[in-house]
Amino acid sequence: MSVHGGPVVAGAALPRDVVVNPSLATWVGVGDDGAIEIRVGKVELGQGIVTALAQVAAEELDVPVSQLRMLPANTGTGPDEGLTAGSTSVADAGSALRVVCANVRALFVAAAARRWLVLPEEVTVVDGHLCTVAGDRCTTFGALAAAVDLRTPARADVTPKDPRTYRLVGSSAARLDLPDKVSGAARYIADLRLPGQLFGRVVRPPSPGARLITVDAEVVGSVAVDVVRDGSFLGVVGADEAVVVSAAERLRRAATWAEHDRLPDEDDLATFLTGGPHEAIPVVADEGPRMPAVRTLRARYTRPFLAHASIAPSCGVARWEPDGSVSIWSHTQGVHRLRDAVARALDLPSTTVTVQHVENAGCYGHNAADDAAFDAVLLARGTPGRPVQVQWSRRDELAWAPFGPAMVVDVEAGLGASGSVVSWSFDVWSQGHNSRPGYAGVPGLLAGAHLAGAPPLPAAADPPTRTGGGTVRNAVPVYDLPGRRITGHRLLDSPIRSSALRALGAHHNVFAIESFMDELAAAVGADPLEHRLRHLPDERARAVLTTAAEAADWGDPSPDGVARGIGLARYKDRGAYCAVVAEVEARTDIRVRRLTLAVDVGRVVNPDGVRMQIEGGAVQATSWTLKERVRFDRSRVTSDDWESYPILRFSEVPPVSVHVIDRPDRPSVGAGEAAQGPTAAALANAVAAAVGVRVRDLPLTPEAVVAAIEAAAP
Amino acid sequence: MPVTERVRLTVNGGVVEVTADPATPLLSVLRNQLGLMGSRFGCGMGLCGACFVQLDGAVVPSCDTPLRAAQGRTVRTVEGLSADGALHRVQQAILDGQAAQCGFCISGIVVRAAALLDEQPSPDAATVAAALDRNLCRCGAQRRIVAAVVAAARREP
Repeated sequence: MSVHGGPVVAGAALPRDVVVNPSLATWVGVGDDGAIEIRVGKVELGQGIVTALAQVAAEELDVPVSQLRMLPANTGTGPDEGLTAGSTSVADAGSALRVVCANVRALFVAAAARRWLVLPEEVTVVDGHLCTVAGDRCTTFGALAAAVDLRTPARADVTPKDPRTYRLVGSSAARLDLPDKVSGAARYIADLRLPGQLFGRVVRPPSPGARLITVDAEVVGSVAVDVVRDGSFLGVVGADEAVVVSAAERLRRAATWAEHDRLPDEDDLATFLTGGPHEAIPVVADEGPRMPAVRTLRARYTRPFLAHASIAPSCGVARWEPDGSVSIWSHTQGVHRLRDAVARALDLPSTTVTVQHVENAGCYGHNAADDAAFDAVLLARGTPGRPVQVQWSRRDELAWAPFGPAMVVDVEAGLGASGSVVSWSFDVWSQGHNSRPGYAGVPGLLAGAHLAGAPPLPAAADPPTRTGGGTVRNAVPVYDLPGRRITGHRLLDSPIRSSALRALGAHHNVFAIESFMDELAAAVGADPLEHRLRHLPDERARAVLTTAAEAADWGDPSPDGVARGIGLARYKDRGAYCAVVAEVEARTDIRVRRLTLAVDVGRVVNPDGVRMQIEGGAVQATSWTLKERVRFDRSRVTSDDWESYPILRFSEVPPVSVHVIDRPDRPSVGAGEAAQGPTAAALANAVAAAVGVRVRDLPLTPEAVVAAIEAAAP
Repeated sequence: MPVTERVRLTVNGGVVEVTADPATPLLSVLRNQLGLMGSRFGCGMGLCGACFVQLDGAVVPSCDTPLRAAQGRTVRTVEGLSADGALHRVQQAILDGQAAQCGFCISGIVVRAAALLDEQPSPDAATVAAALDRNLCRCGAQRRIVAAVVAAARREP
């Protein structure tokens, strides 16, 4: 039997999410059918979080996962757990669920003990059955539900299980959502068909900042649709989706807009990003005299804007109730944040807005989910009682969802006589990585900036440095380097909307740091692995690095044109450790032959889930790093379909092997954003090793390699 | 006003008659008139594969196929691949291999892979990957999916 209801642990504090949502009934209920209903504030983004959290709940309750019903996040009924972002879901929601479910289990055990006139210590819970130790009496959570009042705050003195006794947590539970997804069941938000539902489409401006001059609403003809216009916000609503889509297309062709050349030169983003004005973000400024350098190296690394490019366009559903309240269905990353932003945009009390999460295709950061929900709210206003579903077009998804920011890094290092690094200067320039709902004191919803008289959206902010930052995320190397000066520079004005894309600044910062580590190693004639280990006291970092290197046959000879590269980081300086070895073949084309990763996420909740997140992160980062670049001219985004914004295809995806180092005594941290930076760096280092010149500007296309070879020619 | 017509076609083994503008995308008819939500809308341009269906056995993007092109013909969607509650072997292999993340691309991939196995009973991984090059996956589940299709080929159909 596991340890429950033990003595008060000195200094034990409730997890933050439990402090915010103390009532057990917010988290757990028992359905009429006896299923235990679990409500979490974290949402399924395709990453398997709901399955991992079900494992945690089932573990603490001692019930099988199949006896749980995981309910979608809902502002009306469930806990507020902020955003599902930043690889914190397992840490935040997992630790909260542990405490909550341990409390719930203790209350049911106490109720069984009262009913049977035995001591709580004489009641066990096995596989969802509460029984006396003697085994002479048994009951279920369902049968006891009426005797337990969960409307009581969680207590800090109820101790969750000792992780050493876990049976479910740590096993590869099958994903709960996949049966629906392989069979083609209705599961995603675009599959919702609520009673009386209408369909809406928005006709977006052709370019950022464009203003609607005129539109002849008669072009939609006699079909049964309503045209909605407010300033430069233009949309159509009707009962037949196909009719609405073609009416929106006719409106788009009939509209005239005032456009301006406001976008920067896409071939010289470095000048744009370093031009300012900026907010300086000091990160590290080491004290003390700098050691003398015998050599100084410097380099500049750049990345372009990147698109989320999820396979489903964003979608939202909203219904105005006759009493003036609003119900919203959204694939947002934060139901409460969206609720508050919509309420603020409409000047309503937030209690009149309810948001429920519904899944969509994969979410890799702040995409257009919240914007689509607000579009639906605006288009549904004229039809109280009838929900309106708004789906974005592919073109709008690729052109109007926020982008992952373009970035520039300038790095300079001094090398001492022994070949060690004696000074390190690192400057990173970027637009902000956060324009989520509520940022910068505004609702931050796209359509809000298109309404009559509305101001434009302010420039993106950054998450606070103490929670990982945005521009400066992973700007601090994992190595022990003296004389560091590390500074971020966030651009305060830009016509291009940017926000959080998986790993935020870590993708580019780690690409730059780890590329430069290889350049330093080459400068002193050292092996890249040896050079890293020489500056690396952190044992967990050394473990992933050497594990990946060994698994990838680091140091073994490879054929002509084939080479390996290595990359390492600890995500957000306190998250998962990840090392990557990439093996590439670079001749006229760049082909990734294989990726080998080692990862340490602390205690592993679901080993296959971790592997899947790392594989996916590595493959997506390979796509970003080798192929992706948002294209634009001076007024319009031009990469608005899958031909102009190509992503990695099946035959280009390399085999990926993932080695998970389990640390049962360390807290669990997320895996979803650990691989991006190290993968980019490993690819760049492998390409450099294969072709003999360094490409410092992403993406690493064959054209970029040719340009680098030409630039290096004497 | 668009002209609506009665169009007859066979969907997943049953003859259906729908009344719609024959220019309506087949995907819209499947989802909104026939309630078959398994074919997903990804791009509307036939470039991502999320809406793939088999039309007389050939794999086509249903978002880019007008209803009139399906008149009198046989359409098979992801829902039509499983029979009597039993998943198609490709679906079962994807489930067994946990070869999906968000799953949005899976319907079209199942449809394409099932057609491949009809033509080639035991494809290798490179053949499967090449066959799926018109299906986009953004989560990075491609290698698991390829392995699942190769494994499916070894099962009894």
